Amino acid sequence: MSATLPASPRMPRPPPAAHRGAERRQRLFAVIQARGATVVLIVAALVAGLIFPAFLKPENIEDLTTAASFLGLVTLGQTFVIIMGGFDLSVGSMIGLGTVLAAYAAPYGVLAAFGAPLAAGALVGLVNGLLIVKARMAPFIVTLAALLALKGLAIVLAGESLIIADPGLFGRSANGALFGVGNLTIILLAAYAVAALVLNRTAYGSAVFATGGNEDAARMLGVAVDRTKLLTYMLSGTMAGLSGALLAAHLSSGISSAGNGYELQSIAAAVIGGVLLTGGVGTLLGALSGVLLLGMIENIINQIGSLSAAFQGLASGVFLLVAVLVQSGLTRQRSS
Amino acid sequence: MVLLEARHIAKSFGHVAALRDVSLEVAAGEIVGLLGENGAGKSTLIKILTGLERHDAGDILLDGRSVAFSSPRQAQDAGIAAVYQEINLIPERSVADNLFINRAPRVAGLFINRRQMISDARALLSRYGLDVDPARTLRTLGLGTQQLVSIIRTVSLGARVVILDEPTSALSAHEVELLFGIVRTLREERVGVIYVSHRLSECYALCDRMTVLRDGVVALTEATARLPRARLIAAMLGRELVERSRSAQVVANDGAAAGSSDNVLHVEHLNWRRQVVDVGLDVRKGEVVGLAGLLGSGRTETMKAIYGAVTPDSGTVTIMQHRRHRATPARSLQDGLAFLSEDRRSEGIFSHLTVAENLSASMLRRIARWGIISRQRRDALVSEYVSRLGVKTGGSDAPISSLSGGNQQKVLIGRALSTDPSVVMLDDPTRGIDVGAKAEIHRTIADLASHGMGVLVTSSELEELVDTTDRLVVLDEGRVVDTLATAGHHADDVLAVIAGMQTAPSSAPAAEAGAP
Repeated sequence: MSATLPASPRMPRPPPAAHRGAERRQRLFAVIQARGATVVLIVAALVAGLIFPAFLKPENIEDLTTAASFLGLVTLGQTFVIIMGGFDLSVGSMIGLGTVLAAYAAPYGVLAAFGAPLAAGALVGLVNGLLIVKARMAPFIVTLAALLALKGLAIVLAGESLIIADPGLFGRSANGALFGVGNLTIILLAAYAVAALVLNRTAYGSAVFATGGNEDAARMLGVAVDRTKLLTYMLSGTMAGLSGALLAAHLSSGISSAGNGYELQSIAAAVIGGVLLTGGVGTLLGALSGVLLLGMIENIINQIGSLSAAFQGLASGVFLLVAVLVQSGLTRQRSS
Repeated sequence: MVLLEARHIAKSFGHVAALRDVSLEVAAGEIVGLLGENGAGKSTLIKILTGLERHDAGDILLDGRSVAFSSPRQAQDAGIAAVYQEINLIPERSVADNLFINRAPRVAGLFINRRQMISDARALLSRYGLDVDPARTLRTLGLGTQQLVSIIRTVSLGARVVILDEPTSALSAHEVELLFGIVRTLREERVGVIYVSHRLSECYALCDRMTVLRDGVVALTEATARLPRARLIAAMLGRELVERSRSAQVVANDGAAAGSSDNVLHVEHLNWRRQVVDVGLDVRKGEVVGLAGLLGSGRTETMKAIYGAVTPDSGTVTIMQHRRHRATPARSLQDGLAFLSEDRRSEGIFSHLTVAENLSASMLRRIARWGIISRQRRDALVSEYVSRLGVKTGGSDAPISSLSGGNQQKVLIGRALSTDPSVVMLDDPTRGIDVGAKAEIHRTIADLASHGMGVLVTSSELEELVDTTDRLVVLDEGRVVDTLATAGHHADDVLAVIAGMQTAPSSAPAAEAGAP
C-alpha cells in the first residue's frame, strides 16, 4: 500500500473561518429542510393540546392517524416518485378504482380483495413508467391522462358506489386493532419504516436519489435509470392500490370518487415535509410529518366545530405556501 | 506492453470527417498527452474509445484483442474509464454515496452498510491525498474538489486505462498538484493514462509521450523528452516553424499610452480564476487589436472578464475614461463597450425569431416610446444596419434561421453595434463560416475601425488575425506574453513568440500557475 501512495505529501489546508461559517450554515439549512416539518408537527401538536384538551387524548390521536393513513400510503409512493424527479397524478383515481376492485373481489376472500387493487395499481404504474421511459413522454401528461382514464373506468365499473355485503376478515384488516392500536395506524407506520429502510439503505434507494439528483450523471455512473423509473412508478401505483383496498375495507364499500384530489394533496404533503419538488432531496419522516400536519389541520377544524370544512382547504393552502417559501429560501441560501 | 491501441480510426458526421486516420497507443504505466486545437478530433476520439460513438473504420485493440463498445458501461466493464470536464456526480448526495454509487458495501446482500461505506470512502480519499469529510454533501464542496472526487471515483473502479479530458480547468493550483499525485500513482500502478489538456506546461510536467491531432489526423507523436515546445506548437497549428528574430517587431508595452485619451479601452491587472492572469492591454480609437494565443490561452475568458460576463477577481477596466473595478455587462454597454460572444448558438441568437427581432433586441429602448415598440422606427434602423453590413436576407421579417452562418453573424454584429459602442469585442467572429463571408466580416471590421471605433478581436486562425489587425496581444496560459505590431509580419513571427516563451517547463506546475 505504501508504495502506491502519491508522491505529493498530504497538505490539508484549514478552511478559512468565513468558509467554515458558510459550511455550518449549509448544514443547518439541510437539517431544517429534512427535519423542519417534524419539529413543526410536534410543536403544533403540543400547542393544540394546550388549547384543545381533547386533542392529545389517545383516541383523538388515533382518529387522526387513521384518517391520515389513506393519504399517508399514497404520499409514500408519491415521495419516491418526486425524489426520483417525477410526478404521479394518477394516484387520486387509482384509489377510487382500488376501492371498486376491492369491493368486486371481496366475495372471493381477503387475498383477492387486496390482490386485485394492488395488482391493478402495479399495472397502472408499469404503463405510466413505460410511457415515460420508452415513449419519453412527460410524467405530468402521462399520469394526468391516467388520472382521467382511471376515474372513468371506476365509474363504468361501479357507478357511484358498490356495497360490500359481508366484509368479514377483509373489514377487520382495516378496522381491527392490535394491542390497542388500530390496524391502519400500524400499517401506516410499518410501511413508512420499511420504506425508509429501502430508500436509505438499498441500492434501489440510492438509484432513486441519483436519478432525481442528476439523471444524466446517474446514467454515466452506471445507474439503471430506466429500471429505477419503472419500479418507482410501479411502487406509487401499488401504494395507491393498497390505500384503495384499505379504504374499501374501512368503509365496507367501493366508491368511485374516493381519493379525489389525493394526487395533489400527496404532492403537497411531500413538499411540506421537505421533499424537493425538483427531485433528489427528501426524507420519508418529513413526508409522513407533512401528511400528519395536513391531518391535524382537518382534525383541529373539526374540534372547533363552528368552523366550516372549507377552512381546511384554506389552511392547508397557506401551510403549503409557507413550506414552499421556506424551502425555496433555503435552496437559494444553499446555492449562494 | 501496449495496453490500448487505436489503429487507423476514421469517423465522419454527415459529410464532415472528424477523424480521418488516427492511431494512438497507450502502454501500461504510461501517461500519453493528447493535444490539438478545437476541432482537431480529440473529443471524437475519446468518445469512440469510451463507447459513446462508433467508429466508421479502423480497429481498437485492448491487450491485442479487437474490441468494440456500444456504451460507456461496456467500455467501463472492459477497463476503460473516462473523466469528462463536466462533473458527472449527484450534487445532493454525500461524497461517500457518490464514490460508491452502484457498488456500496452491503449487509446480507441487500442493505447498504453506511458505516463501512464512510470508512471505505475515507480510506480511498486519503490514499489519494484529498482531505474531505466523506459524509459531506457534494454540492457544498468547491468545483475543483468535486472534480477530484469524480476523478478518484473513476480511478477506483479498477480501470486499466483512464482518460482524463481537460481535468484541470476547474482546479486550483493546490488541486492540480493533488491531481498530478493521483495520475502519478496510477502510473506506478501500471495503469495507462490518456491526458487531454490545453495547458502545455502541464503536459510537459506529466506526460511521457504526446500525440498531437490536427484536422482528424495525427500530426505528431513523440516522447516528451525529445519534443521541444516550438515543435509541439507548430504541429498543433499545422505549420513549419521558421526561426526569425523577434526583437524587431516587438513593440514595447508602452505605459505612456495608458493614460492617453486615444484609449477607448484600457485594462489593468485583470485576474479571473487562473485563466486570466494579470492581463493588461489597450485599444486605441480606430485600432483593431487581436488577442492571439493557443486554445486555452484565455482569449475568451479575457474578453468575458473585461465585459463583465464573468466577474473578475481583481483588476480595473477603463472604457472611454470610465474606470470600473467590477464590470457588469449592463455597465459595460452603458460605458460604450459591446461584446459578441463566440458561442452564437447558445449565447447569441434567438433562433425562432426574425432578422429584425434579432437585430433590434439590444436597441429596444431607442425604438420604443412609452414602452411600445415603434415598428416604423425599428424597421428604419434595422434596414440601415442590414445595408451597412451587407446582410443577405430575404427581408427583415425572414426567420434568422433561414440565413447562412456568415449572415447570421453579421446580424449579431449589427446588434452589437446598435448600442452605439465606442469599442467592440468580437470573439472569433469568423468561426464556422465560409471564406467569402469571412472576407466580408473582415471588411466590416476594417470599416468600423476607419470610423473611429476600437475593435478587440480573436480568431482561432493565427494567420487571419495577423492579416486583419493592427496590433496583437499574445496570450499564453492566461498571461500577456508580448504585444507586437502586425504590419509587415507573418503568422510565424507570432508563433515564434508563443513558442519561444518557455522551452524548459518547470516540474512544479503550481509555481507557474500563478495567483490562486
